Amino acid sequence: MDTVSKEKSIPKYINPYFGGVLLGLLLLVTFYITGRGLGASGAVKSAVVSTVEKIAPVHAEESTYYSKFISTDHSPMFNWLVFESIGVFIGGLLSGVLFGRVKKLRVEHSPKITSKTRIIAAGLGGILFGFGSQLGRGCSSGAALSGTAAFSFGGLLVMVVLFGSGYVFAYFFRKLWI
Amino acid sequence: MDLINTTIMGPLIPLGQIASGWDFVIALLIGIAFGFILEASGFSSSRNITGVFYGYNFVVLRVFLTAVVVAMIGLLYFNYMGWIDLNLIYVVPTYINSMVIGSVLMGLGFILGGFCPGTSYTGIAIGKIDAMVFTGGLFLGIFLFSELFPALESFYYGDSLGSATIEDVFGISNEKFSFIFVIIAIIVFYVTWLIEKRVRKTVNPYKFE
Repeated sequence: MDTVSKEKSIPKYINPYFGGVLLGLLLLVTFYITGRGLGASGAVKSAVVSTVEKIAPVHAEESTYYSKFISTDHSPMFNWLVFESIGVFIGGLLSGVLFGRVKKLRVEHSPKITSKTRIIAAGLGGILFGFGSQLGRGCSSGAALSGTAAFSFGGLLVMVVLFGSGYVFAYFFRKLWI
Repeated sequence: MDLINTTIMGPLIPLGQIASGWDFVIALLIGIAFGFILEASGFSSSRNITGVFYGYNFVVLRVFLTAVVVAMIGLLYFNYMGWIDLNLIYVVPTYINSMVIGSVLMGLGFILGGFCPGTSYTGIAIGKIDAMVFTGGLFLGIFLFSELFPALESFYYGDSLGSATIEDVFGISNEKFSFIFVIIAIIVFYVTWLIEKRVRKTVNPYKFE
């Protein structure tokens, strides 16, 4: 699917500290306007709730989880985080076009593993991350980043445990990356 | 309290300063800025992201900690200047057991998948199939959780500390905590810079895509 060329290509990324300042200012503006921080996993949750509601409306209404997010006057997709996440996609596309990183469909993986291995790991990783984000009341954006910045103890807890466990697991899955 | 004429008190939407019809326009614009910053910082590449766990690229740590520092101090400053009411800012509630297990699962998902939810959307935007599969996995994982919810409910709501702040738990003021956080961040930036220099001598240069 992709060939690893010998040439070392270093893409133009912005300085990470500059990126961090921009992200911090954006988060501050988001707090100032909305009273809440940024988020990402919430949009997928809305998609799940919306899909289940369409396919099995009775099941969705009876469920103690789905029913928390179902309202009679609008679809679960009519949600702040859904619009924000559509924006994340558009913003990513804009930056990708600007810096020349939007290319044909491809799988990025370490030369030591195949595309297939990468795809399986990515799928499993997504499942675990999605499941964990529900228990964690948010992912790295909603809980760890926004929570910690707003002095939430839970946010700090998610940040420390998420990254900390990442370092523990990193050893066992190093073949995927290095 | 109609004293505020010069500055508009925030947060704007909870205080009714912005008509609610603008909510989704604002959400979209904030999202665009968020996605742009994530992609431009290099988070559309999983190999770039996971460098933080193997020492060859600490960009995630740099962006993340800098953002927390800026937003945290900004909130304190806005609060001090009377531009924002910190009491109206949403505090993510704490459920110890559920959040610890959830974060461990997210940590494992992070190292397997190489993305987190927000970064995977930007990966999709530039054409990464692995990012699409990761996002599909998110959908499946959240679906699984929702279906298993009856069995998980007591665990999910157990060990609640409510909207506990760092001050509630550790007894240190927001100002002191942010000061400590900045000091830790600076030390982390320096140490990881040293580690990165060493690791890059031994790890083969990797190609970004």
